[in-house]
Amino acid sequence: MLKNLSKSSFISFYNPQRVRNFRERIIAIILFGCGVFSILVTIGIIVSLFSEAIGFFLRPEVNLITFLTGTNWRPLASQVSPENFGVRPLIRGTLMIAVISGSIALPLGLGSAIFLSEYASDRLRSVLKPLLELLAGIPTVVYGYFALSFVTPILKRVLEDQLGIRVSFFNAFSAAFVVGIMIIPIIASISEDAMRAVPRSLREGAYALGATKFEVSTKVVVPAALSGIISAFIIGISRAIGETMAVTIAAGATPRMTLNPLDGIQTMTAFIVQVSFGDAPAGSINGQSIFAVGATLFTMTFVMNIISASILKRFREVYE
Amino acid sequence: MNLTSNIQSYSINFHDNVTIISANQINIFYSGKLVVENFNLQVPKNKITALIGPSGCGKSSVIRSFNRMNDIIPGFSLEGEIIYKGKNIYSSREDPVRIRRQIGMVFQKPNPFPKSIYENVAFGARINKYQGDLDELVESSLIQAALWDEVKDKLKESAYALSGGQQQRLCIARAIAVSPDILLMDEPASALDPVATLKIEELMQELKEKYTIIVVTHNMQQASRVSDFTAFMSLDREKIEDRIGVLVEFDETTKLFTNPKLKETEDYITGRFG
Repeated sequence: MLKNLSKSSFISFYNPQRVRNFRERIIAIILFGCGVFSILVTIGIIVSLFSEAIGFFLRPEVNLITFLTGTNWRPLASQVSPENFGVRPLIRGTLMIAVISGSIALPLGLGSAIFLSEYASDRLRSVLKPLLELLAGIPTVVYGYFALSFVTPILKRVLEDQLGIRVSFFNAFSAAFVVGIMIIPIIASISEDAMRAVPRSLREGAYALGATKFEVSTKVVVPAALSGIISAFIIGISRAIGETMAVTIAAGATPRMTLNPLDGIQTMTAFIVQVSFGDAPAGSINGQSIFAVGATLFTMTFVMNIISASILKRFREVYE
Repeated sequence: MNLTSNIQSYSINFHDNVTIISANQINIFYSGKLVVENFNLQVPKNKITALIGPSGCGKSSVIRSFNRMNDIIPGFSLEGEIIYKGKNIYSSREDPVRIRRQIGMVFQKPNPFPKSIYENVAFGARINKYQGDLDELVESSLIQAALWDEVKDKLKESAYALSGGQQQRLCIARAIAVSPDILLMDEPASALDPVATLKIEELMQELKEKYTIIVVTHNMQQASRVSDFTAFMSLDREKIEDRIGVLVEFDETTKLFTNPKLKETEDYITGRFG
């Protein structure tokens, strides 16, 4: 009797159907956990970022209005007053890097994507694309020293020695230049994927009307792949805005309200690095200021993503 | 069976018609492999010439050679000549872009651009720097393609909002907007339902007043309904393993379908083969 029972329960436990269902459920739970984990971490980052930032703004020495409108960023000055906590120089520094690197990387990235997708033979592409993606694998600290030890000296030799234009040793342009180079592979690679996904029938339709290769590329393929290309631009620019190492090394540590890219500046990310490397105690005004700057940076990229998503919706050409 | 001599004997039937484009002993290769051998065809002006034959016999390869569409396929090469307006379009002096502006093409699957209906029709004119009134051109092209009444109130809407048959007529409007001489149609109705197919066929009858049409079709009833001349292609029976397409018979459509000269043609059109 007992023997019988144990046998039957043994069989029921190893009922293949039930075992399979059980395993499927476990797999589903594990996969769900993977998804939830990253969401929870993101929520954790947002909560810690904004709670410290709110703590910063509740201090009597600062207020939100002068933080957003002020043009002096001197958090380490001996006199702690709202005038010394205006974040605009840091925002301007970050935007300057983003604009300059973007205007270098967007045309070059799109150009190389068009070449890879429309002009290069399969063999050439299979060599060039991995080479281009290799650029993305270079550590950013290498880019930073490349800017400092190669780009800046050339700028100095050409602009300062030949034309008499003063170039700071730490300057925004060198940093933005290498950041631009850094994001070319991202923009080129994602844009190229989007362009290759455009069906050949659309290209043939244009060729049959007497379009040249360039007209097919720019008037049919690029518009049809626009949503992917804009995503590539957004990812590239977000990377430029968030870029830390190269700008910390090459752009300097002087928050400055300037539009001259040959001046030293400081970006939001570079400021966060500077304070983190110092010995600002947690809960101090300096310790909290980096969270306020971080929250500002986060809000900026977030708003940018929303704006670009709505632009995307309006202009993209949907093909089946 | 010597195919070449057969073909030469057919070309004498067309003394009443002006030849607009002719293929002279063309061989088509993809990556060095011969796919169509010794193809000869004299296409009469302002007529509809149908290319029929079993799958894989090279009908599409041939029709795509007439406007150098095959040039965009890597590995394509062609021997022989295709004479249009007294010149070999495959001569190195000829620009494929200019040839395609005069020899338009409509494809098997409707392939409108993901743009508005208006922009689809205007596309060719825009890239050709058309000097005239674009609105007028779009309207007259859509009228010729028998689509105007259906789309005149929604020219700004996406071409993808149209049905398959409408999309195909839009592609025809797009092709005739650049006023070509010849219209190549590669199975233009094979992706469409019977009603839409009938519309395309009626349209072809109207279009042949102004254009010369070469149409590839799988559908023999369609070839007999719409075309004036029919070329029957098949795989070379002597080298069946190599799958080389050849022209078997070319004649007026009524003759080819009622009184084919060759047994192979008869077998195909009566459904005993293919």
